[in-house]
This record gives sequence, structure tokens and C-alpha cells, in this order.
Amino acid sequence: MAITREHELHKRRSGRNVGLAVTLVLFIGLVFGLTIVKVSGGSSLEAFDHSYRPTLDPDHVRFQQR
Amino acid sequence: MTDLRTDISYATPGEGSFSDYVALLKPRVMSLVVFTALVGMLVAPGNLHPVEALAAIIFIALGAGASGALNMWWDADIDQVMKRTAKRPIPAGKIAPGEALGLGMALSGLSVIMLWLATNALAGFLLAFTIFFYTVIYSMWLKRATPQNIVIGGAAGAFPPMVGWVAVTGSISLEACLMFMLIFMWTPPHFWALALFMKSDYHKAKVPMLTVTHGRKATRAHILVYTIALVPFALATGFTAIGGPVYLALAVILNLMFLHGAYAIWCRSEMQAEADGYATEKRVFRFSLAYLFLHFVAILAEAALVRVPAYAGFAAEFKLLEVF
Repeated sequence: MAITREHELHKRRSGRNVGLAVTLVLFIGLVFGLTIVKVSGGSSLEAFDHSYRPTLDPDHVRFQQR
Repeated sequence: MTDLRTDISYATPGEGSFSDYVALLKPRVMSLVVFTALVGMLVAPGNLHPVEALAAIIFIALGAGASGALNMWWDADIDQVMKRTAKRPIPAGKIAPGEALGLGMALSGLSVIMLWLATNALAGFLLAFTIFFYTVIYSMWLKRATPQNIVIGGAAGAFPPMVGWVAVTGSISLEACLMFMLIFMWTPPHFWALALFMKSDYHKAKVPMLTVTHGRKATRAHILVYTIALVPFALATGFTAIGGPVYLALAVILNLMFLHGAYAIWCRSEMQAEADGYATEKRVFRFSLAYLFLHFVAILAEAALVRVPAYAGFAAEFKLLEVF
């Protein structure tokens, strides 16, 4: 059976859904923009990931500079 | 077949409109937070990418909105009794208290973590502390316990420029503390001037406001004392890195006018005030709004003017407190 009666409640739900959708899209856009800025910002992104890497070892870096 | 039901009341959880949920975040308070935090960010030494700055402002505003929702959840019983707040979403039955709590908690966590990720950990911590201070210290504890609630609770509104500053610099400095003190000391005379002419029903809600607990004469004296205490902080800001001659000139005029207004309120009796419909109290309240706004505009103007080399050299002679 098709819904033929439009209640004020339906308008309210629709407005809420659209509002939430717009908010989420803007939030995703902001996080995406932030990610691009952080990644292209030039700061080092290297961190310890369970394997030894000489570039993360200050002693090794000092030894090489000598 | 829930869509065909027409007996669903407005108070059914999850059935408020989008604007009801926005109202829960106190958008007017958010706009003030955005302005002061933005000034704090713009005048802070350092560079923040525009996208990071935009994100920081949005998440600071969201944090303020979260504390607004938590405040409405906790104060729903008070809001229901008072005429001014009876139309808020929870007492009006548009949003269930549990929803406000959930939204407030979720937005608190989101805003703090996102501000931390967008800027730095100290800014995130300060935002978390601001939300905690407004919700727990002010709303849950002080508001119903002491007539000095406005004084200490004012700190919650004073944090945003400091959070904005810290978002850029990563540390707290004298300038950030003075911007904090400017709002902190301004809040009591601003609200008590309002309390004098707004015959609010705080007593009905059992909220100890100074006008009710200590009387209106004592409130007038408090306004004068706190305005006098505010002046040194407003003027000292002019001698720091964010101040300068333009700020100082404006601050001197504004503080003299505020002192004059506070003195006029102190001199008046309740009979005089009632006779002219609280004209002086209303004038001082309106002026207090302009007072704070213009101080922050002047701080912003100094940051813009200092880029002019001729002005920068002249302004440097005023910055006696820059060494701190």
C-alpha cells in the first residue's frame, strides 16, 4: 500500500536526513583537506613499525655524521 | 508501518527537527566563541595552514556546542521552570534528555580529538578542560551552589582565545593569559547588569543569583568592584606583543566609559532605577557587549597595522611586557 498521507513528521525526518547528510559530507571534506595538508606539509611521517630502521636511530645518524 | 502512524508525538526520541539539534548547541554562544578564538589564532605568532586554521575554528566551535548540549541536558529541570528558557529543545519536548547527553558526549570527544590532530595536544587538552569546566564545574556544581557562579563560571567563556592562541603556538603565553583575563573579569559586571533589569525567575528555579541572595544594592557594588578589577588587565594587554598605541588609546576610552557606567549603576537606588525603567543598567549592559567586541577588534587591528613598517617601529616602544 502506497503512503498517501503526508504528515508533518515526514517533513521533519526528511529535513533531518538532509541536514545530517550535508554535515557528514562537509566533515569528510574537511578531514580529507586536513589529510592532504598534513601529508604535503613536509613533516616527517616516519615512525616505529616493529622493524629496525637506521634513519630512526639517533646514534646511527650521529655515527654517520662523524 | 511506523510511517503511517500519526500519533507520534514531537517528544518521541529521535524525532526532533535538524534545527532543534542545532539549537541544542547554543549557536549564539558558538558565534562569540568563534570570534574570540579566531582573534586568538590570527594574532598568535606562527603560521597555521588555512585548512588547519579552518578545522581548528570549526572544532573549537563544536566543542563549545557540545558543552552547550551537556549544559541543556543537566539544566533541563531549571530550563523548564524559567520563562526565558522554557522553549529550549528539551523542556519544549522536542528532544529527549538522553539524546542531548549522547550528542554532547559524542561531539565533545570528536571535537577534542580532531582539534588535537589538526593542531596540537595542548590545544586539544585545553578544549577538553573548557568543556569539563563548563559542564561539571559550572553547570553541575557552582550554578546551583553559590551566587559567585557567574564569576568562576565565566572562565569557560574566557578559554576560546587561549585555545586559538595555543592551536597556533603550541604553548601558553602572557598574551593568551591576558585575553583570558579580559573575558573572565568582564563576565561578572556584564551578567550582573543584565540580572538587575531582567526580572528573571531564578528564585523559582532555586538558582542562587547575586541579586536574589545578596540583594540588588550589593549587586550594584559588585559591578563597580569587578569593573575596577577588569581595567588593569584590559590596559596591560596594550603593553604586550598583541597590543600597541591604537589598542591602548581605544582601551583607555572604553575602560573610562565602562567605569563611568559602573559608577552610575552603583550610585543609583532601586527606586531611581524602577522610575526610568532601568535605563542606566540597560545602557551599561549594551555598552559591555561593545566593550569586549571592540577590545578584540583593536587586538586584530594591531596585528594588521604591525605589518606597516613605519607603524611597527612606533608600536614597538609600547610593548614593555613583551619580554615575558
